[in-house]
Amino acid sequence: MDSIALPAGNPARASEAGAVARRSEALAGWRLAGPALALLALLILLPTIGVVALSLTDFELGYDNIHFVGLDNYLELLEDRTFLISLGNTLTYTVIVTPLSVLLGLGAALLIETEVRGRALFRTIYFLPVVSLLVAMATVWQYLLHPTIGPVNALLRLIGIDGPNWLGGSDTVLISLALIGVWQAVGFNMVLFLAGLTAIPRELYAAAEIDRATTAWDRFWLVTWPMLGPTTLFVVTISVINAVKVFETVSTVTQGGPNRASEVLLWTIYQEGFVYLRVGYASAMTVVFLAILMILMVLQYRALDRRVHYT
Amino acid sequence: MTTQAWTLARALRLAFLSAGALIFLAPYVWMLSTAMKPREEIFSSSLTLIPERWAAVENFSKAFTRVPMLQLLMNGVIVCAVILVVQVLVALPCAYALAKLRFPGARLMIAGIMLGLLVPIHATALPIYVALSGAGVLNTYFALAAPFMISVFAIFLFLQFFRAMPDDLINAARLDGMSELAIVLRVIVPNAWPAITAFSIFSVVAHWNDLFWPQIVVTETAMAPPPLGLIFFRAAEAGDDYGALMAATVVVTVPLLAAFLLAQRRFIEGITLTGLKG
Repeated sequence: MDSIALPAGNPARASEAGAVARRSEALAGWRLAGPALALLALLILLPTIGVVALSLTDFELGYDNIHFVGLDNYLELLEDRTFLISLGNTLTYTVIVTPLSVLLGLGAALLIETEVRGRALFRTIYFLPVVSLLVAMATVWQYLLHPTIGPVNALLRLIGIDGPNWLGGSDTVLISLALIGVWQAVGFNMVLFLAGLTAIPRELYAAAEIDRATTAWDRFWLVTWPMLGPTTLFVVTISVINAVKVFETVSTVTQGGPNRASEVLLWTIYQEGFVYLRVGYASAMTVVFLAILMILMVLQYRALDRRVHYT
Repeated sequence: MTTQAWTLARALRLAFLSAGALIFLAPYVWMLSTAMKPREEIFSSSLTLIPERWAAVENFSKAFTRVPMLQLLMNGVIVCAVILVVQVLVALPCAYALAKLRFPGARLMIAGIMLGLLVPIHATALPIYVALSGAGVLNTYFALAAPFMISVFAIFLFLQFFRAMPDDLINAARLDGMSELAIVLRVIVPNAWPAITAFSIFSVVAHWNDLFWPQIVVTETAMAPPPLGLIFFRAAEAGDDYGALMAATVVVTVPLLAAFLLAQRRFIEGITLTGLKG
């Protein structure tokens, strides 16, 4: 099969055999990649086109009528109070969760990195929420934050504070959900930062010390922070994307309530599309959701491209 | 002077880390404690962790009888296993072909895979649901696994891995007269175990914990994977029998946590791979 195996001095036959080999390689390639290609088309490409197409219709599951309505669904979205509240809540949630989970993840990584003892133990503990069933842990948090029987408020009562109805009050529900989100995300960010930290060459710290950075604080700003730049950007993007996708805790604990105070994008889409079965309208919401994700990812790529490389 | 400053900094550091660890562990401690407590002690809202009267047996027996808990766990195992096996079987040959064979359309396909990485299940859920509903296969294992039969992430990951593999290995196998499929099975797979393991952990954790898709295609308790089962359990219990509820959360949380504690390094590697996915 391989052209090397052919006797030299017969270029015509060699090139013919080469063509045969190329053709059989192409055939093998198609055969091996074929199933994946078919599934890619069926499960990702077609549904993505489908959701855009459906968003231009008034399709409702259970009704046979389907009409092309142009951009009506999108225009309706602009005046849909629930959807606008949902967008706002998702934004608020993201704005709380992202900085907190990134900073705490970075803090934990820095502390663990410099600490020799118990490093593995702390890493394990902080990572536990990442592998825990979020639906289950959300249930536990709901109990912990229960206004009357929950340990958190019981603890607050000990020091004379009347704790709020965390997940039950419309003023506090989003913050409470965000805190659960932070608790869940810190370990993941910490591990990414730990990987980033170990990639920083030790000599840089030695050089910094000779230079002028004598305190840990100076060394952090002179070496660690700039060297961690790409990691940080990466962690921030992932955190934003994961926060925008918040669903489990809302579905388990609050179901968008009280009074739509925890209505978030995926929950609204879920309700509209899979509970009320207004597929066309929910598709328009999905397209908006997908557009937000795409914009976030494009921003990340562009930022990564422009990034000054320090190494 | 320096040693003193060092010990103070270190004491502070350990204090911070320990305080954080306590907060992170608190939910687990309370989950276990509450699963052991009888109703009246839970409602007395005392801060004691050790129950005065142990009610573990009644709480856990409720968790196993009010919903078919074993069935739920079984569903989770079956669905995760089917998804993982199909994902790997589809992705491995494809990634090999894209990495090591030259065929027309390969570049286009790689571009398609990179684009596919940007599309989450939430975006494709509606059309797939409409199709599954039309086919009348809601509430089946097939419906639970169907959208995840392809993992572009797996292809992407294996592709990176295979590109780094030396061509000599494959050429030698070809000279031995192996077919391309045989090469995948006998040369590539044995060399790709690190990538396969990492991906397996990533996939199982993601699908064991997923609520979004099961909540869409499953309405019967008997077909529910653990997260959805827990939601049904909460509904059946009117949500305020916290003892039984915590017992149920312990049961569904323990399998993955135990696996994590046994193979931490691999888990952390596997899960942080999502980082690549973005």
